[in-house]
Amino acid sequence: MPELDAVWAERWLRESARVIAEHREELIDLDRAIGDGDHGENMDRGFRAIVAKLDEETPDSVAAALKLAAMMLMSKVGGAAGPLYGTAYLRASTAVSGADALDGSAVAAMLTAGRDGIVARGKAESGDKTMVDAWTPAAEAAQDAGDGVAALSAAADAAEAGAQATKPLVARKGRASYLGERSAGHLDPGAVSSAYILRAAVTAATSGDMA
Amino acid sequence: MTPVGLLIVSHSARLAEGVVEVAAQMAAGVPLVAAGGTDDGGVGTSFEKVMEGIVAADTGEGVVVLTDLGSAVMTAESVLEFLDDEQRAKVRIADAALVEGAVAAAVASKAGAGLEGVARAAEEAVHGAEAEEAPELTEPTESAVLTLTNPLGLHARPAAILAGRLSAFDTAVTVNGVDGQSVMALMALGAGQGEQLVVEASGPDAAQALAFVREQVEAGFGEH
Repeated sequence: MPELDAVWAERWLRESARVIAEHREELIDLDRAIGDGDHGENMDRGFRAIVAKLDEETPDSVAAALKLAAMMLMSKVGGAAGPLYGTAYLRASTAVSGADALDGSAVAAMLTAGRDGIVARGKAESGDKTMVDAWTPAAEAAQDAGDGVAALSAAADAAEAGAQATKPLVARKGRASYLGERSAGHLDPGAVSSAYILRAAVTAATSGDMA
Repeated sequence: MTPVGLLIVSHSARLAEGVVEVAAQMAAGVPLVAAGGTDDGGVGTSFEKVMEGIVAADTGEGVVVLTDLGSAVMTAESVLEFLDDEQRAKVRIADAALVEGAVAAAVASKAGAGLEGVARAAEEAVHGAEAEEAPELTEPTESAVLTLTNPLGLHARPAAILAGRLSAFDTAVTVNGVDGQSVMALMALGAGQGEQLVVEASGPDAAQALAFVREQVEAGFGEH
């Protein structure tokens, strides 16, 4: 059973950076349809900054890794995703402070705190066609899912389903809301990037040495 | 008492600097700091610029933050989340129109309004320009009809002088029916040279307030 510890947290961040870079163009295209087209570029810049920081220092806990990510995303992303993801990682860090390794309930607490941070910062609700539509089902799926890896896996599945479910929605928050009905028929880029990041958490826990 | 500082957070460095430039015209001596654009000069907002800007704008009485679009608000809120409780208590994010709010807040700060007063001045800046927001003076205790003599009339700088000083008096005052304590409302009158101002005031400082308006109008706001 892989431990969800500081080593895993660092691998999660590095895997997130790899996946975001891989899907950079896709996220740009999704955002170009209903936003200002910079989500892929901004997220890639933020996660590259995280990797650069991780090359300098090694976090000694899950909480320290998440806080490092929060600081870098807030500083480097530039657009709305910076404070939204930054707040999510910051609140998630607080939720798991003091834990050496996460069990199922700690994973659920981490994801719930992250979701609550996004809701507090963005004032969005489920169905508004935002990141919340990935994070809320993810946090709920992680409850009672079993051990830590099972909770992460359930969360990633739910986030992907939630992201796909944003397609028919009419945006009520953010730049996409200016489009009104014309925002329907496109995936929300923030929900899609959230799903990639939560899948990266599973990959970091279940694949072999990725270094 | 040192004035409350203002931090202007915009997606554009030039926009933030421009707002600071306009507000500084109205309120010399008020700490005005621009935090616009991303760290590398692009369009966006920077957590670090906002964090540093709050420190730079605070001379002891706190900072009112004005923002442009959505993610600027979120960035400012994120910075507040990082501050400790003591620092956070000295910062207000105003829900205000950027330019109007910055001018009104700068004038209020210059006039000696505290943190809450400056934030309120920013938030009421646009509403203050609407006639129905003027105070109800059913029985003004002081009134006068004054004629503007300075060439440009009641333009931005004189409006700022009047609204700024009148805000510090314990009085309700109207000028041609609009709130005399609102720089935006006074500017919106568009009163030119030779036009008459009907000034009405009530409250404990009504006489002093009226005397101040008379003195300024008769002196042409120093613009002769």
